[in-house]
This record gives sequence, structure tokens and C-alpha cells, in this order.
Amino acid sequence: MGRLTLDGLTALPSQVWGGIRLVPLARDEPIESLRLHRSGFDADGPNGPYSARCCYAPHGLVAEWTRDGTAVPALGTALQMAARTVRKSRKPPTKLDHRTRTRFIPHQTSLEAFLPLPFNAPVDAWNLWAAFASKEKGAPREDLTAVGGHRVTGLADALRVFEIHPDQCGVLVYAADTLAGALVTPHPDDYRAMHPTLVQDKYGELIARYAHLHPHAPDLSGRLDAAAVDTVADLRAQIRAAKEAWATFHEDVMAAGLLDLDYRISDAYRMQEFTLQRFRPKSLQRGEAHVGESIMDDEGRLAFLHSFRLSETQLRRGRLLEALAEQRWDPEAAGAALGISVHALGERLRTAGYESVLNMAAFRRAEDR
Amino acid sequence: MDTLADRTAAEDVLLFVNAAIASTGQWEFHSNAAQQDWSLDFLHEYMLVNYRDVYAAMLALGINDHNRARIVLRLLQTGREASGSQRVIEGHLIARTLSDLPTSRVYRLFTTLQRAGVNNRRARAVMREWLLGRENLAFEAVKYRSALRTAVRHAHLRIEDLPGSGELAAFLFAPLRSGRFATPLFEAWRRAHFEQAAVYALPYTVAEGFAAVHRIPRATFLHRIAPQLTRNERLRLQEAASRAGADALAADEHDLGGMPLTRLAAYVLALPVAERERRREELTGALRSAARRAAGRRVGTWGRVAAVLDDSYSSSGSSEKRRRPLVVALASHFLLEALAADYRPLWLSKSTDPLLVRAHGVTALGDRVLDGLEARPDLLVVVSDGWDNAPAGMVAEVLRVWTERLDPEGATAVVHLNPVFDAAGITVRPLAEGTPTVGVRDAEDLPELVAFARFATGRSRLEDLRGHIAARVGHLLPKEEPWAA
Repeated sequence: MGRLTLDGLTALPSQVWGGIRLVPLARDEPIESLRLHRSGFDADGPNGPYSARCCYAPHGLVAEWTRDGTAVPALGTALQMAARTVRKSRKPPTKLDHRTRTRFIPHQTSLEAFLPLPFNAPVDAWNLWAAFASKEKGAPREDLTAVGGHRVTGLADALRVFEIHPDQCGVLVYAADTLAGALVTPHPDDYRAMHPTLVQDKYGELIARYAHLHPHAPDLSGRLDAAAVDTVADLRAQIRAAKEAWATFHEDVMAAGLLDLDYRISDAYRMQEFTLQRFRPKSLQRGEAHVGESIMDDEGRLAFLHSFRLSETQLRRGRLLEALAEQRWDPEAAGAALGISVHALGERLRTAGYESVLNMAAFRRAEDR
Repeated sequence: MDTLADRTAAEDVLLFVNAAIASTGQWEFHSNAAQQDWSLDFLHEYMLVNYRDVYAAMLALGINDHNRARIVLRLLQTGREASGSQRVIEGHLIARTLSDLPTSRVYRLFTTLQRAGVNNRRARAVMREWLLGRENLAFEAVKYRSALRTAVRHAHLRIEDLPGSGELAAFLFAPLRSGRFATPLFEAWRRAHFEQAAVYALPYTVAEGFAAVHRIPRATFLHRIAPQLTRNERLRLQEAASRAGADALAADEHDLGGMPLTRLAAYVLALPVAERERRREELTGALRSAARRAAGRRVGTWGRVAAVLDDSYSSSGSSEKRRRPLVVALASHFLLEALAADYRPLWLSKSTDPLLVRAHGVTALGDRVLDGLEARPDLLVVVSDGWDNAPAGMVAEVLRVWTERLDPEGATAVVHLNPVFDAAGITVRPLAEGTPTVGVRDAEDLPELVAFARFATGRSRLEDLRGHIAARVGHLLPKEEPWAA
């Protein structure tokens, strides 16, 4: 149980392109001890090797390749440490990665593979889930539930013409002034590496529709009060006040759907001073609902955040998955909890597109009975 | 008498001038080539239909080559709609324009005329007169062979009348069936089809094609073609030459002496930062002297000047106009430094080293404009694409409050120079109401544009504007008899 905060981050003035509004978030001082996994950077690029104590690889950007050549997306974000920092490690320090693991462009697997994570899908069924999510055929009506960022009207252009602030460590993406997703990174270099991947992320069909139907986001810039200005210092004070007013307005009104919601926070995973957690809304009723992953440090600062806004269809699926998870994937008990029969539950799962889930042994047994 | 129609006309003319200076129909940071082309086409059509005489007179103003060629095309296309006196002036202006335009642009214009099916008597006469005046037609016949052939065919020219040797017809229409040529360049072109050594006697652009046919290694080719290169080709190829291993060309002394300011700034910004550091004195010296040349007798006469220069990410331009807005800002910086007695540059990124500027970060124009105004200079020049975004619209508010409360007498003049044409708005993006915005292509025009900006405040009268344009046209028109009228 808990809430999200954007402590330590300041909302800077938004940049609008068509119906897309991007709100940059800046840190006063970047977090150096947690960084994007180094496979996120070119080896000989300007960001070169760096010595962060802790690394993370954002979800959907890393896949492991199994022997038979199928890709299995990594199960959520991982916190990692360089092998040489672990005492008595036999792992050679240079072979941290790159053997069976590669960066790949996040495609439709990204969100589908992500969904079960916050909803406690059984970890022993992970390979099944991964196969289900990465198989084109098995992907549940992809065009309806979630679309790639390049298909959200104007998003690609908005990201292309967006001017990254030098201290920027995050962004909130709004389509028609509805929050579509948030990304926070510990360091500005990490943000610059992640910025182009926003167009490859998945967005709910609701967001795509909003972006399509509202081609122009309104101008929210305020007016300065000329009557109160007698000196240049007054004018400067007015400019500062206008910027602060925007930051407050953004936190209180625009990002309220993300920040004012009660979340169930699960899967606490600690390394050094950082805690990785997954959050999902406490109640899965209609309305704005975000799921995602965040990394906090000991002082409660938000080091990393990546969130998706769920669409109505995904909420429905979430409710089904949650009911199943609460009953430890016992279909009969889950059906009873929802007040429906096993067959009805199976039907619902089928309509939700989770046909392959039904192949799971437990289901077959329950339906046979 | 200042009627609404007059004011509208003045605004239309200004709109067109700004667009015709800034836009080249290429990709910009915020819009693509098709959008630019569409917007520009609309403006040309609008001006031609409503203000034909002003439209023709635009050729005398400092608009860019792309738009001048476009105006000539449209004037020739619609000659029937012009009155007799209009035709006389148009004829003069077209002749003058063609003699000013770079050769390649004129040949491209002729090809466009042929594609557009414009073949009236006046168009043919224009082509004939221009070609008759060429001094080195043999060279152009080699370099622009297909364009020249198209023009000759399209304009029904008697090829014997054209200057140069009598071999032109054979070279254009049956080059490989006519045996040896007496003209050395024609002969080199003929031999280049089967002899590698002859390739190096040809102009670079033509030789490049033959080099590909003969599969000459790039390093060898660049090394041996070096004497044929023009200065711009040489500068452009030096980086590539060092990559290809043609060390002699790469190590060739850079002659930056006579280069125009804006072109020099573009060259400097294309160099890697490390090289700019290494050649700091040479480059700064070259930029300073180019700026003094451009300023001429006006050096140091402008009093106290501040400049807000945009080096935000959007000044990186596009792949077609690489760093163009930043290039204009850098060139303006050195020109203003030469013009002003007391000069204060304010880069948006707060950088203090103009030689190392790079396009990054947000456009926080409001804060920087106030920094510039605070010292109350005589003139504040803003060089920016006008996409104020941190926060959006703040600069308009700052300028509004400044003129309302802090400087009601208007002691500080503010001029906005915009190197980018905004295709969606069909105008160069203004900073604020009441602040004059003019388009800019080359920083060398900055003094004229700042003077011209007095028309762009929205309070200018049509007669003043017409007077200005008529003066420019009168300055340009020759005293001799009209030609091709």
C-alpha cells in the first residue's frame, strides 16, 4: 500500500507538438550510484564506461536468447552489480553480459509481458507467458488493446522536435492532456539514451484514440501581471512565479491521476541502497490506472520510474489475473471468488485473448471435471 | 490615406518578403520539404494574382536564389496576364536576375521551364539572350550537358548563333559519332569514355561519373582531380579525402581568406570540436576579417548592441539544411561584434565561447531577452527560429510588459531575425506582437534587414513600403533600352 511521489524532481515548462504534451522533469543533482546498464550505451560513445555501483536494465529492452533461438524477455527490470564488486566472485569481470543476452527493440511483447508482473502471475509459468506474449499469433488482438508509440498520432514528431533540457532526468507524456506514461531515470545521460525508445513503447488504445481525436493540446501558458511590474527585478520575480505556478499546477492537477492513486506495491527487491518495486492500483475499477516499476533509494528519492496507463480492456484482464493470482491459480476458487462458474471464467479469459493460458494443465483439469 | 486594404497589402507583402528570404523549400527542423514547398507555392500564387508588379519587383530585393528562380518561372508562365509596361520592367528584372543567379540554378530553371511546358515567345527570348551572353559556353556544355541540350531544343535555338566553336552541335547531339573534337574540353570528354587519364581534365562533377565507370579508387581519383576542384568543392571534400586516404588533398592549406561570412561560419561549425580548439586563432581571425569585410564602412557605428542568439536543439536544422539557424546565429555574432561599438552576446545555453557552440538544450528566450534588455542597449537583435518553449510564449509576455511598463518611450529597439520559415503558419514565426520579425538567409544582409524591420512592426504604411521597393528596383534597372519586352 502506498503512493508515488515525484520528490527530488521539478516539473519544467511543457513542450507541445500537436496533441502531445511532454513535461520534462529535472533533478537538482543526478544520482550517480545507480545507472542504466552499460549495454544501454555504445561502448566507445561519449558516455563510455562508468563506474556505477548499481545498474538497471529497463523492462522490455533486454531479452535472453534460449538454445532453440526463441527470445524470452527478461522478467521485469533487474538491478545488477558489476561482477568484480562482489567479493570472491569467480565470474570474470569483463563478461557481465552479451553472451545470451541482447538488447532488442521492445515490440508488442513489452506490455503483454509486463502485465502479469504487477498482478503476480505465477513465476513458474513464466516461460509459458513469454512464449505466449512473443508469438504474433498468440498476442491478444494487438491492434485493439495497445498500439506502438509510432502509431500514436504525433508522438514520433513530438519526440523528434522535443528539446531535451540539460538537467533533464525524466518525462511525462500526455496525449490530449491525459497522462499516457512516465519515465524517470537517475542521470541525464540515461535519459538521453532512453528518450528515443519512448516511441517504441506501447500505449493503450485509449491514448491512441485521444491523440487521434484531439490534434491540438491547449496553450496553458499564463499571462504576466503588467500592473505589478515597476522594475526589472519585479519582472524576474513574475517569471519565476509563473514557472513555480506551472510546477504546482502540474503536480496537483495534471499528474494527479498518477500521484493521487493508492497503489499496491509488491516485489520489493533490494540492492545497495536501492529498492525495486512494482506498483498497481489498489482498486481496479474504471478510470485512470497506471502500472509500472520504480526504484527508490533510502532517502525516498525516486531513482527510476516507468509506467503504463492501462486501458479498459487491460483493466478487465487485470481483474481476471488478480482473481486468479489471489487463489493461487486455482480456477475453481477464482471462479467462485468472482461468482461465476469455471466455464464462464474460461470464456472470459478466452474473450480477453488469453487463450494459451487455458492450455495450462490446471485449467484443463478443472474444465474436464 | 491608410485604409484597411492598404494595411492588408502591406502585411501581405511583408509576409512574402520574409518567406522568400528564409525558405528554400527544403526540410527544416519542424517541417518537411513537402510542407515548405506547399506553403511557399501558396504565397507565390497569392502574390502573383493580387500584386503582380510588386511580385516582379521582389526580384530586386535580397530574397534567396531559390525564390528568385521561382518568381522568374511564374512570371514567364503567365506573361499573357501582364500589361505592356509591366512586361518591360519584368523583362529587365528577369535579365538582371539571370545574370546574378549561379549558373547551375539558371540551367535548372530552363529545365523546369521545359518540364512545365512553358514555351512562349518571351520565355524563348529570355533563354536565347542569356545563352548568347555566356563567355565560356564550351565549359558549361560539358558540365551541364543535358540541361544545355534541353534548353537549346526547347527554345528552338539556332545553334550556330551561340558563342564558341562550331562543334557545339556535334558535342550536344552526336558526341560519339563525330570523331575527334578540336575543342580540348570536348575532346577530353570524348576520350574519358575509354581513357582514364582524360578524366582528370574534366570538371569534378563530370569526372566523378567517369571515375565510377572506370572504377578508379577514390583516393587516387581525389588526389589527381585536386587541381580541377573549385574552392567550395575543395573545402567540402577535405574531410572525405582524409577518410579515403588522399592525404595531399586533406593536408592542403585552407584558404579561408576571401570566403563570405555565412559560408565560413557553416564551414567552422562543420568541423569537429577538437579541430576548432586546435585552429582557434586561425578560425576566429578568418571570421573576424570576413565580418569586417561584410560590415564595410559601418564598422563600429552601431552604438550599444546586445544580441540574443539561439543555440537550442532546434537550431540544428535538418539533414538538408544542416545547422543552418546556428550558422546564421554564429555569423550574426561576428558581424554584430564588428558593427557595434559596445557589443554583448547572449547565447541561450549561456555559453561564452562562440567558436564551440553546438545545438542543444531548450529555447528559454524569455529569460535571455530580459537579460539583454536589462542593460538597456540601443538595439537588441534576436536571432532565433521563434519556437520559445521554456515556457512557451514567455518572450511575448516579457516584451509586452517591457514596452508597457519599463520602456514606454521605446529607447531600446528590438529586432527579431528568423532564419526559419514556419510552413504550418505560412510565415516566419514572430516573437511578439509589435516586435518586428524579418526572415534572414545570409548574415551578411543583417544591416539591410535591421533597416527593413521598420516596415515589419505592423504600423508601416503601404506607400512607404512601395517607395522602398521602387527605390530598390530603380537602383537595379539599367539605363539602356528594354530587352525582351
